[in-house]
Amino acid sequence: MSAYEPAVDVAVVAVAQTQAAAISLTEVEIMLPLINAARDAVGITQDRIGFTCSGSSDFLAGQAFSFVQSLDAVGPYPCISESHVEMDGAWALYEAWVKMQLGEVDAALVFSYGRSSPGSLRDVLATQLDPYYLAPLWPDAFALAGIQARLLLESGVITEAEMAEAAAAARTAAVTGNPDAVRSGEVSAEELLRAPYVADPLRAHDLPAAADGGVAVILAAGDLARELCERPAWIRAVDHRIDSHQLGVRDLTSVSSASAAAERVGAASRSFDLAELHASFSFEVPLLRRALGLGADVSVNPSGGALVADTMMASGLMRIAHAAERIHRGEAGSALAHATSGPCLQQNLLCVLEGD
Amino acid sequence: MSGITLPEKLQGVELVQSVRTPIRLTYDFIPGRAAQAYLRAFADKKILGQRCPVDGAVYVPPRGVCPMHGVATDEFVELPDRGRLGSFCVTRVPIPGRKDLELPYVSAWILLDGADIGFLGLVTGIDPARVEMGMRVQAKWKPDDELTMSAENILSWEPEA
Repeated sequence: MSAYEPAVDVAVVAVAQTQAAAISLTEVEIMLPLINAARDAVGITQDRIGFTCSGSSDFLAGQAFSFVQSLDAVGPYPCISESHVEMDGAWALYEAWVKMQLGEVDAALVFSYGRSSPGSLRDVLATQLDPYYLAPLWPDAFALAGIQARLLLESGVITEAEMAEAAAAARTAAVTGNPDAVRSGEVSAEELLRAPYVADPLRAHDLPAAADGGVAVILAAGDLARELCERPAWIRAVDHRIDSHQLGVRDLTSVSSASAAAERVGAASRSFDLAELHASFSFEVPLLRRALGLGADVSVNPSGGALVADTMMASGLMRIAHAAERIHRGEAGSALAHATSGPCLQQNLLCVLEGD
Repeated sequence: MSGITLPEKLQGVELVQSVRTPIRLTYDFIPGRAAQAYLRAFADKKILGQRCPVDGAVYVPPRGVCPMHGVATDEFVELPDRGRLGSFCVTRVPIPGRKDLELPYVSAWILLDGADIGFLGLVTGIDPARVEMGMRVQAKWKPDDELTMSAENILSWEPEA
């Protein structure tokens, strides 16, 4: 018995996504073909969709209210019911799922996108820190990850070899798992460990593979989902937990909010064929594996994960999308998808997906 | 501060009233497919729009998409540098950093001939008291040797000759 049963069965029925190191299009030009591809895949039009929710960041776009312009890609006329989260698209999916639990709508469009190539992502991320004590110091994202990795190494929770193994496994998986991967190819952990440090104790392979991109997902409830999709990826549980915003009061050698979310979705009593983890840094793979209690039998990141193509504001929803696609194709029966937000894995969202 | 006892060495010190934490981030501007063509065309004193394939509406500046129908607008349309004046506003206070603007100045919504949406411009060459909605205007361009790939090539809009 899981922690809770959804009131309404909701499934991911269609997915469209793209990633590349740098895309010289506007956000609306990126999203237009993806939104249309997702809707067309299941033959649904916008007037049949009861709720539309997106995730993106103005700090990333460098423009206020940038998400309003992206709505042009949806075709929001006649007027649509719409919402936006300044979060990864996984949280937009969560909002749509909650709306569907209320029985108000039976079809939803969820999308998110990010283009970090026009700016310096590692610096942009400093603006999410607390504005009095941390942000004025401008610790960039690599430095904060380096501090967490140092703690994990010094306390013996993980080893540098495990970090390199996670990076090597991601690149190998990407060869077949993600045609849009920025990094892929067979490489050994030993080879990676010979590289110099970029932000000691992090080497280049430990860092996110920044990619511009976008993803669109169609959700449908109950009978509509079965009508639209031969093998819907049912959302059996979703949960979101948050650690303190203040890094100084956190134990960075564990991810208590991820563990709490795992408990809420009943991860221990379920079996998963695969897990898609939103791990932007290599050390986060073994760290999350432990925090979520994933056994050795669970295939982690068959898409290569965010280590081979990491799109700020979309990587989390892309994890759900990759997992759902495997279920659509009958390659997996059950999957755990994970999304994170905030500094050093501060916020964690889990989504349990199953085929019939 | 009630209920909080400061350590002895901090007692009596001047309280922090405020902190300044300046933020500056630098971005490249990526215009994208539609706006790139629009900006390049300005170097040739041309104004480009895009036509919606569903209802034929012409949008300027082009954004690669029709916001009404959510479809790509791939067809470019060259628009004349003249049209009608829509709504306007007479401003009598200066804009910081724009000493070149003589007061009062008129900003207006310009609807180019053949376009279905207006865009913003300045109106000059006429007493602001005589500006009227619907009046014909034409672009006043920068000298040819000063043209760049920018909408700033149009200095202002003047009554049609």
